[in-house]
Amino acid sequence: MSDTLYDKIGGDAAVNVAVDIFYRKVLADDRISRFFDGVDMDRQAAKQKAFLTMAFGGPNKYTGEDMRRGHAHLVAKGLNDSHFDAVMENIAATLTELNVPGDLIAQAAAIAESTRKDVLGK
Amino acid sequence: MKRIVYEGQSYGCSENETVLECLNSHGVPIPSSCKAGVCQTCLMRATKGNLPPESQKGLKPTLAEQNYFLACSCRPIDDMEISTPEPGQGKIPAKVIGIEPLNSDIVCVKLNPDIPFQYRAGQYINFFKDAATSRSYSLASVARLDDCIKLHVRRIPRGTVSTWIHESLAPGDRVDISEAIGDCFYVPGNPEQGLLLIGTGSGLAPLYGIIRDALADGHKGPIRLYHGSLNVEGLYLIEELRKLSLEHENFSYSPCISEGEAPEGFYQGIVLDVALKQTGTLSGWRVYLCGNPDMVNAAKKKTFLAGASMRDIYADPFVPAAS
Ligand SMILES: Cc1cc2nc3c(=O)[nH]c(=O)nc-3n(C[C@H](O)[C@H](O)[C@H](O)COP(=O)(O)OP(=O)(O)OC[C@H]3O[C@@H](n4cnc5c(N)ncnc54)[C@H](O)[C@@H]3O)c2cc1C
Ligand code: HEM
Repeated sequence: MSDTLYDKIGGDAAVNVAVDIFYRKVLADDRISRFFDGVDMDRQAAKQKAFLTMAFGGPNKYTGEDMRRGHAHLVAKGLNDSHFDAVMENIAATLTELNVPGDLIAQAAAIAESTRKDVLGK
Repeated sequence: MKRIVYEGQSYGCSENETVLECLNSHGVPIPSSCKAGVCQTCLMRATKGNLPPESQKGLKPTLAEQNYFLACSCRPIDDMEISTPEPGQGKIPAKVIGIEPLNSDIVCVKLNPDIPFQYRAGQYINFFKDAATSRSYSLASVARLDDCIKLHVRRIPRGTVSTWIHESLAPGDRVDISEAIGDCFYVPGNPEQGLLLIGTGSGLAPLYGIIRDALADGHKGPIRLYHGSLNVEGLYLIEELRKLSLEHENFSYSPCISEGEAPEGFYQGIVLDVALKQTGTLSGWRVYLCGNPDMVNAAKKKTFLAGASMRDIYADPFVPAAS
């Protein structure tokens, strides 16, 4: 198997560590915490893991349509480009904290960026 | 081809097909989302048949132990019987063998089920007042240490079930209970891990069970219990817990009072604040939270932000039944 971005970052084990760091950052980020502040943090954490797995180019079967549907209730609550930028920052900061090299962070950012239109329902 | 039995119907699952694909292709709707074993939307439970390890990847140990699995990642290795998680419906007849006061508001209800009853300390049961009315109560007893089941029931003013338990239920009465449910319990392994337990009121019930279970299992890491109430009268099992902390060097007990001056041996303050202040960073700790839903939900977030991993946080908010 050729090394994908996901493998290079460290695969499933790395995502497990990344989820806790990312989710902590997001909850502490006043710009976006309200979108993530569900009562059921366990379910949220599982979803954030799906989120990061996707951003790292790991195994997922989400389509653009899924992203649209999955975030529609957030768009209804006012989700916009500034929130998307904040999430991008938190992804980069998480990877930096995990000592992931800059070129891999850029690749992950590009994958996440490619979902912008769908996530924001444009 | 393996057979999958779901809700009384049997389905053939072809080679390389997942349980989710199999059921969906037969027109059985099972909620799912990522289909890659991550988002846990398609969580199901096996009542028969061995599970392939990849179908339990990423699940909390307490869920894995109860044979929960992800339908999208399960290529059956056995014929299986499976269900969607809607537990707590089974009825097991039991006899009330004692009702003893723990303080002015809380009684200990002792039960003997008619049939062998499997449970883990800290799980809960649904307790039926009649066929249509039930409430959840946590298991404060430990299967390997106690010869009966024990519940701690707090009296809620005008509460349908708790008032009935306090005022009408008597030793000798027969009641129905459900099988044990929930994933707030001690899992062996990792005996050096620190355990932080925070509870309010009768939220001590599951925590008391978990602590005695962990100690009986030889848990070596620190076990810290913080129990909070408005005043000293709201606490209970104080002497038992102090004694336990003298017998076990690694167990500490901190009773907290949120109103007025705390007498010697008690802490003044909201139990969550006292616990967080004394423990500091929680990275690597396992956390159990039970009782008042506002406290539990705040504590989930705060202990997570203090460093505990989401996978290591177990919580039972005592949410009132929907009326
Ligand atoms: C997983 C789980 C585990 C539980 N474990 C325990 C346990 O070990 N011990 C225990 O005592 N309880 C426990 N509970 C709470 C218990 O299930 C009932 O909700 C409680 O006993 C009240 O039921 P009731 O029929 O007496 O009151 P209800 O008739 O349901 O309620 C009467 C009124 O009181 C209000 N009310 C309900 N609960 C409270 C409360 N805590 N404080 C203030 N007002 C309230 C209701 O909103 C309603 O208006 C648990 C709940 C859950 C979900
Ligand atoms: C950066 C690109 C993004 C990607 C790749 C992405 C991906 C995902 C994925 C895969 C899920 C899980 C869906 C499911 O299985 O149900 C999800 C859920 C979620 N996302 Fe995103 N997301 C992105 C941006 C955002 C932004 C900007 C926000 C808000 C500020 C956000 C908030 C959420 C929330 C709150 C959920 C959980 C929704 C629920 O509870 O159903 N996401 N995301």
